[in-house]
Amino acid sequence: MQEDAVLAELIWGLATSHVPSIGAAMDNGKTEDPYWKPLFDGYAPAREWMAKHTPDVAIIVYNDHANAIELNMTPMFAIGTADAYKVADEGWGSRNVPPVAGAPELSEHILVSLVDEGFDMTVCQELEVDHGLTVPLSVYCPDPGDAWPCAVVPILVNVIQYPQPTAARCLALGEALGRAIRSFPKDLKVAVFGTGGMSHQLAGARAGLINEKFDRMFLETIETDPAALAALSREDYIREAGSEGIELIMWLVMRGALGPGIRRVHETYHVPASNTAAALALFENLPGGAGQPSGASPR
Amino acid sequence: MPSSTPEVPGTYVFDVAQSNRGYALNRLCGSLKDAANRERFSADEAAYCDAYGLSPEQREAILQRDWTRMLDLGGSIFYVFKLAVLDKKSMQDLGGIFTGMTTEEFVKALNAGGRSFG
Repeated sequence: MQEDAVLAELIWGLATSHVPSIGAAMDNGKTEDPYWKPLFDGYAPAREWMAKHTPDVAIIVYNDHANAIELNMTPMFAIGTADAYKVADEGWGSRNVPPVAGAPELSEHILVSLVDEGFDMTVCQELEVDHGLTVPLSVYCPDPGDAWPCAVVPILVNVIQYPQPTAARCLALGEALGRAIRSFPKDLKVAVFGTGGMSHQLAGARAGLINEKFDRMFLETIETDPAALAALSREDYIREAGSEGIELIMWLVMRGALGPGIRRVHETYHVPASNTAAALALFENLPGGAGQPSGASPR
Repeated sequence: MPSSTPEVPGTYVFDVAQSNRGYALNRLCGSLKDAANRERFSADEAAYCDAYGLSPEQREAILQRDWTRMLDLGGSIFYVFKLAVLDKKSMQDLGGIFTGMTTEEFVKALNAGGRSFG
């Protein structure tokens, strides 16, 4: 590659819950209801900032919820490489949001780069995307009109079936993802979304679990010391954040991609969004901090 | 061989053994994401269950809507929830059932900051 080659730029990372009812609140015009208003008010400063710093492509790290992926095959990490992704009917009709445009060239570049680094991704040429991906898009852009303002590269993580990838592996994947983005030879602005969380458990005698202390620690540490979060075991996540709170490992993929030089633009934390502690944390990727590891080594 | 899956009290850790056990039940519930299957299921639930090869216990749990038993028999909440939605039940309704509360009590606990454990 020539030294003066134009390369893609990773401009920001967004961590956000992807609770389906957050999407439903937007779809059904309930964001001003007393139940939902505090959550959406909390989003406002981040949305304002993101609207001034628009990416061409969003890489959305999420998990499918029994929609595109069934239990016959469970990829640990997967990437979408398609031109477009349909919005899934999850059993109650599809969300009335635009279809998702893909970014196949960037997808392929990331795929090759990740496989070369030892991350043997499953490749999805057809993928219906569920609330795990579309709710974060709505958190970024509440009123897309006929089309989302950016193309999307979906990256899927198995968080539903034990064993999930380790938190350390997720952070390492993110670091490799960051290198892949920054080596894409096109003038392109890219954002990375880490989705899911925070603490919640849907089933069992501990259903309704919320652990604000753990969530606050995670929100702080994701900025300052992601390696410490990568050192937590699956059991730590399940015990502290609940059987579904382990989704937080997907935030580490986003964090790894950003590298050490970041600035927290905004964060908000709210309990509850249906059965879940919901949060948003937005980080600007600072020039000069790019390309350096954030401290974890893969297991 | 002992399982390496962590045991967390009050928590289903859905692992490969559970998936194996609940496979037919989860396949049935997962199929309900398709509108045509939802109609077929509602038209004749028992016949639909038979087509998916459920164990007698799983069949009974589905037909009786014994939500806790579905999970005890290997159900994954993300699959079982599709049946709940067909019944117009919310995740809060299920949360109440799993914890021996009414939906109102469960929602109240969440609105008060959620349920905390140790």
